Amino acid sequence: MSQPIRLKDHEKDARLVRNRVVVGAVAIMLLICVLIVRLYYLQVIQYDYHSTLSENNRVHVQPIPPTRGLIYDRNGVIIADNRPSFSLSMTRERAGSDWQQVLDTIVEVLKLSEDDRVLFEKRMRQGRRPFEPVPILFELNEDQIARIAVNQFRLPGVEVVAQLVRHYPQGAHFAHSVGYVGRINEKELKTLDPVNYSGTHHIGKTGIERFYEDSLHGQVGYEEVETNARGRVLRVLKRTDPKPGKDIVLSLDIKLQEAAEAALGGRRGAVVALDPRTGEVLAMVSQPSFDPNLFVTGISFKAYAELRDSIDRPLFNRVLRGLYPPGSTIKPAVAIAGLDSGVVNAGSRVFDPGYYQLPNYDHKYRNWNRSGDGWVDLDAAIMRSNDTYFYDLAHKMGIDRLSSYMNKFGIGQRVSLDMFEESAGLMPSREWKRATRRQAWFPGETLILGIGQGYMQATPLQLAQATALIANKGVWNRPHLAKTIEGQPPVDENPMEDIVLRDKSDWAKVTHGMEQVMHNARGTARKAALGAQYRIAGKSGTAQVVAIRQGEKYDRNKLQERHRDHALFVAFAPAEKPEIVISVMVENGESGSGVAAPVVRQIMDAWLLDENGRLKSGAVPATVAEETAP
Amino acid sequence: MMNNFDRMLSSEDVMRRRASFLQRIHIDGPLLLILLTLAAGSLFVLYSASGKNWDLLLKQATSFGLGLGSMFIIAQLEPRFMARWVPLAYLFGVLLLVVVDVMGHNAMGATRWINIPGVIRFQPSEFMKIIMPATLAWYLSKRTLPPHLKHVLISLVLIGVPFILIVRQPDLGTALLILAGGAFVLFMGGLRWRWIISVLTAAVPVAVGMWFFVMHDYQKQRVLTFLDPESDPLGTGWNIIQSKAAIGSGGVFGKGWLLGTQSHLDFLPESHTDFIIAVLGEEFGLVGICLLLIIYLLLIGRGLMITAQAQTLFGKLLAGSLTMTFFVYVFVNIGMVSGLLPVVGVPLPFISYGGTSLVTLLSAFGVLMSIHTHRKWIAQV
Repeated sequence: MSQPIRLKDHEKDARLVRNRVVVGAVAIMLLICVLIVRLYYLQVIQYDYHSTLSENNRVHVQPIPPTRGLIYDRNGVIIADNRPSFSLSMTRERAGSDWQQVLDTIVEVLKLSEDDRVLFEKRMRQGRRPFEPVPILFELNEDQIARIAVNQFRLPGVEVVAQLVRHYPQGAHFAHSVGYVGRINEKELKTLDPVNYSGTHHIGKTGIERFYEDSLHGQVGYEEVETNARGRVLRVLKRTDPKPGKDIVLSLDIKLQEAAEAALGGRRGAVVALDPRTGEVLAMVSQPSFDPNLFVTGISFKAYAELRDSIDRPLFNRVLRGLYPPGSTIKPAVAIAGLDSGVVNAGSRVFDPGYYQLPNYDHKYRNWNRSGDGWVDLDAAIMRSNDTYFYDLAHKMGIDRLSSYMNKFGIGQRVSLDMFEESAGLMPSREWKRATRRQAWFPGETLILGIGQGYMQATPLQLAQATALIANKGVWNRPHLAKTIEGQPPVDENPMEDIVLRDKSDWAKVTHGMEQVMHNARGTARKAALGAQYRIAGKSGTAQVVAIRQGEKYDRNKLQERHRDHALFVAFAPAEKPEIVISVMVENGESGSGVAAPVVRQIMDAWLLDENGRLKSGAVPATVAEETAP
Repeated sequence: MMNNFDRMLSSEDVMRRRASFLQRIHIDGPLLLILLTLAAGSLFVLYSASGKNWDLLLKQATSFGLGLGSMFIIAQLEPRFMARWVPLAYLFGVLLLVVVDVMGHNAMGATRWINIPGVIRFQPSEFMKIIMPATLAWYLSKRTLPPHLKHVLISLVLIGVPFILIVRQPDLGTALLILAGGAFVLFMGGLRWRWIISVLTAAVPVAVGMWFFVMHDYQKQRVLTFLDPESDPLGTGWNIIQSKAAIGSGGVFGKGWLLGTQSHLDFLPESHTDFIIAVLGEEFGLVGICLLLIIYLLLIGRGLMITAQAQTLFGKLLAGSLTMTFFVYVFVNIGMVSGLLPVVGVPLPFISYGGTSLVTLLSAFGVLMSIHTHRKWIAQV
């Protein structure tokens, strides 16, 4: 087979290549046009878009959180301030590719647990922009900061960051009045102003911190900064300073607060002391209490469970949320109602055989003193806390008038001006019973309301306010904790109507009865007033925890300690020109005059006497010697 | 066209007769002028892109010097001499790639370098960028054109072996450039259009197969983020979004030299290497990029002219392929930075920082100069 020898045709090859060069050149020109069109699209048509994008890249608006307002007591002692707190943050990109290894090192260096490690990793994975530091551990102590510093070379991208965090130097003293701040949670995030809170991590959760959140928080500031992709600030372009939160001066007095706590002496209970002339709360104790600092940076689940499940209920605010039948402490207010409505007068008398019976009923409504006090008038009824007299008074007055008068005294109403989550208590009425129980009102229910039992429920704060109204002759000043906010007193947007009696001297009549409680030889709380350098007007009470059946007697030995009656006492002094009103509740204390009254006396001494045990100037001294029974 | 061609020929004739200095040392004047312009432009842009880093600038200038030296030496080699040694060089190159492949697997990761400490350190894949088209040009120049199917298939095997070895490194960008280098020789050799079209049609199922069996996850990720950069704006999409923002914010005239915020504030990744066009676009705008494209076009035009005027088929095929591949560099780089193409590691020729690619590119232009200046005029008659 002969293969034809193919000669290379150079001319043909050259032509072929030349054609391909032309095709290639055309293709290149077309593709260059594609590039130019693309660039035209990016640089001319989309110029505004990319320009903005690039500018946003460069310029960051950083919120500057305002400094939270400070809280002082009435003498300028700091109750809540802000302290630097250190947290550990990590930048993933700067930690290198092996950032998990760095986490291991942190755990090792700080001697943390595997759970912490898991938590760190979870937090790291929530990171947002590249080069943005992610906080992974809060509240570093000095030892931990030192450990991090020493091992810094092993911890690329890890840094210790300082921020201001709320601190309560007085610890548990004001946990129930001032409250505390805590980390903003999901739910709060939805309702908060996202702009004003853009740099803030904490918000008031309870108490003053919550009620005055708007004033304490302040206005956020801004800083327009030029940053690089690592988030490092290169220079500040523009700055709007934040407006710090307003400082609040409370009417609380730390010395009186401590005195009140000491007077309670470790027992569970509540104390409210207020100035009847202004409504300023001078002391507010709910025992046991807790350390609010625990809640600021996040309390551990275990510690929280301990507080929550404790049988002593330290988290429970007894002053504002504790509801108790007011018992005999309400009798002065009922007496005012009786006098003003005309069903009794100072001279009218009731015979007490030791019980009271409604006409045509067998049921005996018992006086606490089973043997009876004989003929009693108003003065004696208050002094002896005579139940029969008040059964009779309540019966004559009827539920409608009684309910209306008690409402005027604040029972069943929120009385405070600036306290968070105050309970309204309960003052029953016909309408209330129909609406909630679908039952008609029974006359017997009116009787027991006359001695503060039955459906009636009030907080220690309401009892203090009802007493303050008697001390202040019906002029309403809502109890409040804030004396001034940035120098301005708080404004009552919804003032209560003053109680105006047809005969103003009725106030003095009831006050006189309350003075007899303390200073008369037959007064129920005379022991508590022994040796007082001022006149006290007071009234004891007991609040039943468990009901006693008809015909049975209260026998403390049969009852478990936690089922014993709560001891109540309300009082004001000096009786002639009241400066302080105190309401005390001792849980399971049993005897108002025996247990609660000495507490009241001790607090009054702390407020009205100076260091030498002498009456402070301005207070009215006791001029009248012990009175005898009428 | 023909007229132009003749006139140039005659002017070349005149040049030859004058036997200018450049001619005697086998350097092409226009090419050299354009390359020096690019070198100056590169240093100018790099000064800004590197954040006024003089050390880096000095290194780049040194690389330019090294590359020009390499170009000068290669220009002295006669094309015939090259053709003779190319097959051996090809085998040597493939051997080195195999060595890298084995070493790379032992070193557990991507290795592209041959590194004999203290002696030499280079990438065999860079070497193949020139050897690949030269080998095919040598092979096809000995066959009749357009090539028969058998020769085409053998050519594909010759391309395929180094291509796969480089893909395995893994270095998709370089592999594609080498594939292009080989393919352009076939194209210049008059590969039949119907074959070209059928291969392009077949590319779709091949691409699908590659996706599932060949590509690494990081490469797949690159394609995915290319298709939708917004899907992962903080991870892999970050580069493209930032480079588009850099180019786009440059507008028509740019923000001015050293005033590009994207690159100077570190938002732009790899701003002095693969993404340097974004710095150019940001600081000099559309006008700046167009100016660069014009310079590139002049370079490519000159390359195509050398192709057309080459005397031997080997010279024609090699010069044509090198020129076309050079354009692929430009197109792929600008295309990827502006978000038209996936991000594959292809530097912007002569502008991006990096000594290796600079030396390779200048060597390639040395080959072009050699082809152009070793023409035998007597043979023409």
